[in-house]
Amino acid sequence: MYRYDEFDAAFVRERSAQFRDQVQRRLTGALTEEEFRPLRLMNGLYLQLHAYMLRLAIPYGAMRGEQMRHLAMIAERYDRGYGHFTTRQNIQFNWPKLKDVPDILDHLADVEMHAIQSSGNCIRNTTSDPYAGAAPDEIEDPRITGEMIRQWSSLHPEFMFLGRKFKIAVSATEEDRAAIKVHDIGIQIVRNEAGEAGYKVLVGGGLGRTPMIGKVLREFLPKADLLPYLEATLRVYNLFGRRDNKYKARIKILVHKLGIEEYAARVEEEFASLDKSPELDADEYRRIAAYFALPAFKAAAEESVLLERMQREDAGFAAWVKRNVHPHRQPGYAIATISLKPIGGAPGDATAEQMRLMAAVAEAHSLDELRVTHEQNIVLPHVRKDELYLVWSKLKSQGLDAPNKGMVTDIIACPGLDYCNLATARSIPVAQNIAETFADPAMQEKIGPLSIKISGCINACGHHHIGHIGILGLDKAGVESYQITLGGESTETAAIGERVGPGFSYGEVTGAIETLIETYLDQRETGETFLQTYRRVGLTAFKETLYAAA
Amino acid sequence: MPLRDDDGPIEDRWTRVSLGEALVEFSILEFSGVDERGEEIETRKPSALGFHVANDVDVHTVVPWFERVALISVDFPSFADGRGFSLGRKFRAMGFRGRLRATGPVIADQYAYLRACGFDEVEPPERVSNRQPEAHWKAAAKAITAGYQRGYPGPSNILEARRAARDIRR
Ligand code: SF4
Repeated sequence: MYRYDEFDAAFVRERSAQFRDQVQRRLTGALTEEEFRPLRLMNGLYLQLHAYMLRLAIPYGAMRGEQMRHLAMIAERYDRGYGHFTTRQNIQFNWPKLKDVPDILDHLADVEMHAIQSSGNCIRNTTSDPYAGAAPDEIEDPRITGEMIRQWSSLHPEFMFLGRKFKIAVSATEEDRAAIKVHDIGIQIVRNEAGEAGYKVLVGGGLGRTPMIGKVLREFLPKADLLPYLEATLRVYNLFGRRDNKYKARIKILVHKLGIEEYAARVEEEFASLDKSPELDADEYRRIAAYFALPAFKAAAEESVLLERMQREDAGFAAWVKRNVHPHRQPGYAIATISLKPIGGAPGDATAEQMRLMAAVAEAHSLDELRVTHEQNIVLPHVRKDELYLVWSKLKSQGLDAPNKGMVTDIIACPGLDYCNLATARSIPVAQNIAETFADPAMQEKIGPLSIKISGCINACGHHHIGHIGILGLDKAGVESYQITLGGESTETAAIGERVGPGFSYGEVTGAIETLIETYLDQRETGETFLQTYRRVGLTAFKETLYAAA
Repeated sequence: MPLRDDDGPIEDRWTRVSLGEALVEFSILEFSGVDERGEEIETRKPSALGFHVANDVDVHTVVPWFERVALISVDFPSFADGRGFSLGRKFRAMGFRGRLRATGPVIADQYAYLRACGFDEVEPPERVSNRQPEAHWKAAAKAITAGYQRGYPGPSNILEARRAARDIRR
């Protein structure tokens, strides 16, 4: 994993001191609330319904045990003993006090962490594949590129006051686990015909009010050109993006208006005029890459006798292995997902105790690495198959053994009306109700892979547009109304879900989901997932059963 | 309005005039002691001529004037509207060597970014500068001593520093 050198460490300390000073100037009135607002946002501090909310950056979702343990300490000392892992592969604390925030930032700096650009109209924390460095099919570790972008985008003098937030995601596999097609810029590490690794660059994807799938800006970009190319892409956006209406200010709107050809032409013109010095970037790439060298894996047989035996002996463990364990590049190792979606829990929440357990398990069994996923789960990327049973037993002691990764109860939900002052409806309780309805493991197994995503308002933080089933909570004349979309998808076959029809009340929405799932079970052909059935039979079949009773 | 640069408050030797006929598609800022007629402007010494541009100006319309003006003022209608940062950067990249001013309610925390994007001075309105004494600007300018971006003037550059450290080790 990347470790700060003296320059990174000094930078983060200075940033923390700078924020302390900004808070002081706000308290004395030197800064108005209007002026302070973007300054606090670009350091992750929101004003929520009940209190401030602090969102920390976890670059490309990767952490060491020590860092997770620090988050537990912060949760206990400054929050109410828990934290909330988000779809941005970050963590948020919902109850910090403004006066404590500078101290929290200092604590973070102690373990090479920060809250830089986890919010605000600037380049946000870069996200990536949670299986990076462990996935069998990856071309190169995408975290190297993620770290290049983290550094380049940190307090970028030109791009701190963009028209709107700006999100970049990096993936290095054909199977897209980083949702690159729904980011402002999506970067896929690919090989050209000569076999060199480089980047395919997508632009203009995004969710929110106007969901769009990203378009190809450049089929192949040499690696050393990445940062100047990003500079050119951002500059065109900064100069020409709309500023008069915040709902039309994202890059996707500009790309849509100009057309991808014109946008690309402007980027290429800008790029051609830049001074590139590729050697320096290549040096830096090599320097960072050294931190991501393959860890010291132990030689082991691909099959583990112990793993096989324990699966036979313990059905609970077997279910967890089936759903939460993924193949690893190294023989004898596996990637394990810790689900933060226990039935009845709030999606993505973890208590301080659970965080400490995850830290300890990572240190003992995953080469000290943890990842946060955009599905609000935690990944242990390097677990020896022989140790999986022990890992599972330890996780179980804190209720972290839900065997539901990618299943109907692995629901993504934004904070909604419970915490968010923009919300028009509840989302966490809707997730809880649905999870309880399908709690029976046999039922979940019957349904198979299915992603339900819930947002509490049109801003779509719960990514409902890319849920196989998406639920959007609106306010219809003071009453919550839930609109359902079908067929959304975040991977390499990304699609925006289609609206199925009129909304449902809070009391009706769980029943509506049940009807949709029954329809799928009736219609499916052998081996088909929900998404496959939907893509084959289309919206109408679902619509008919859903509104038949009405 | 109060004007300042790296040395603190400075005297503003420019006077804003408003011309009926603009020289180019943007309005002319000012220059002292000239009458308000377009054709005379071109006969002025370049050092006496400057203009003010909106932050959505077409850069290419400004370039032909680079050699003939001593000052360009870029409008920041709000401190949160960051188009001016890219504009300053482009003006410099396209060869403008005169003085570059940010005019509008920019705040002390933006000063270092403005300098890095090629601006020399800022002219915030009284309502902003009254709340932000000189010490705030000085402190904010020094808050971050080294940055990651190549090719932006300002604080020292981390990538260059790393390279220098590598060279010493070799
Ligand atoms: S989608 Fe709406 S309700 Fe949910 S977190 Fe985002 S802004 Fe808040």
